[in-house]
Amino acid sequence: MALTRRIVAALLLAVGTLAALPLPAQQRFIVVASTTSTEQSGLFGHLLPAFTRATGIQVRVVALGTGQALDTGRRGDADVVFVHDRAAEDRFVAEGWGVDRRDVMYNDFVIVGPKSDPAKVAGSKDVANALKSIAAAQAPFVSRGDKSGTHAAELRYWKDAGVDLAAQKGSWYRETGSGMGPALNTASSMNAYLLADRGTWLNFRNRGDLAILVEGDRKLFNPYGVMLVNPAKHPHVKKADGEAFIDWLTSPEGQASIAGYKIGGEQLFFPSAKK
Amino acid sequence: MNTVGLALAEALHLIAGGDAKLVAIVALSLRVSATSIVVGTLVAMPLGALLAVTSFRGQRAAIVTLNALLGLPSVVVGLAVYLLLSRAGPLGSFGILFTPAAMVIAQAILVLPLIAALTRQAISDAWQETREQLRSLGAGPFASATALLWDLRFSLVTIVLAGFGRAVSEVGAVMIVGGNIDGVTRVMTTAIALETSKGDLPLALGLGFVLLAIVLALNVVAHLTREAVQRHHG
Repeated sequence: MALTRRIVAALLLAVGTLAALPLPAQQRFIVVASTTSTEQSGLFGHLLPAFTRATGIQVRVVALGTGQALDTGRRGDADVVFVHDRAAEDRFVAEGWGVDRRDVMYNDFVIVGPKSDPAKVAGSKDVANALKSIAAAQAPFVSRGDKSGTHAAELRYWKDAGVDLAAQKGSWYRETGSGMGPALNTASSMNAYLLADRGTWLNFRNRGDLAILVEGDRKLFNPYGVMLVNPAKHPHVKKADGEAFIDWLTSPEGQASIAGYKIGGEQLFFPSAKK
Repeated sequence: MNTVGLALAEALHLIAGGDAKLVAIVALSLRVSATSIVVGTLVAMPLGALLAVTSFRGQRAAIVTLNALLGLPSVVVGLAVYLLLSRAGPLGSFGILFTPAAMVIAQAILVLPLIAALTRQAISDAWQETREQLRSLGAGPFASATALLWDLRFSLVTIVLAGFGRAVSEVGAVMIVGGNIDGVTRVMTTAIALETSKGDLPLALGLGFVLLAIVLALNVVAHLTREAVQRHHG
């Protein structure tokens, strides 16, 4: 009996200690709703420590698709939103959910596909033509299908190409409803084409037989914007600390830090804040 | 080397390396799941035991419902807790969305039906055998439930471990309510999902092996403890 009691007491003590351990040092922090492309490309891992060192403010990033990130801001669950879908961002600000929107940086999209290239698009610089060829060849194409910024851009490019997806999509067009990484995994396993942001592609390991086939079209430009969730709508928003983050991102220091992020010597994001 | 080989090597490397970041992620996983199990057990075991020793109108419906809840998808629990805790939701003013506390709540809700249903089953079987005896001693439902819970304490450990396994291994709920924030709410399962997203399959699978090793170690300890205690009692 004594042994049982001792063991039970020890177990209770262990569990109690586990549960009662203090949370990681309560410090100043903001919640930033952002996109999978900024998180999975590794940019935040490079950028945020510099900001925290400069200001003492910790940044908690929740990485979602652009549509979902904006929704998180709309519900008041984030202080700052950092995304890439200009039309949706402007709507977000116009509806009064966000304030102080600023340009931060851009990167570009690329069309990735199998090296065997059944639709013969390799080397092209014209995204509209490339998509036309893919649709004509009915070559497998993986779509994000998740209302992310990349998904919105993809739909714009199909429109530019004059391809009416609703009428023409068949089994070759596969909507995965997933983030950039999972979509890349899917494309890699079925040797399909897809639209990816360059950052996530460069940081992606499971490439299989995929390679960049189309790049360099001016239309593939992919700008990122940052904005504060409107404190007038959500009074608990950390206005001062959120603004400090926005100010730092667009400051010469923050911009230099963005330009300094490289993978294999290649720069991923290009600063674009206006002075 | 193939992916599985690479993953095993990665797992060994991770465990041997004792990487500080990995240790923190493992510690958070254990802490969140242990807390949710304590909360879930304290609510679910008395509930399951009472459901076994009492009889009331609608009891069969209650039992069937409870068993059906075992199939509750974790992502649905996550979504419900998210909507509750979101600033736009009824409990938003507490501001605990995207914190470990939110993850504990989601996991506790997730394991509650599991622990309650298994407890009810175990107690119900014992109740059939001891019912007359307990009644003749004048024990009411609460006393009977308590007595049976104590009698079956060794079997109940297995139920708690099953609940812990469910909690520590689920990803859908903690991803939604925790947000997989680096250093704050990133646990083993969400880290595995993230590395899979990055296409780093060996690292993802390696983390999976680490998780498996931890759960295995816990089960070994629990098993040995139970054996030692039972032997001691003769």
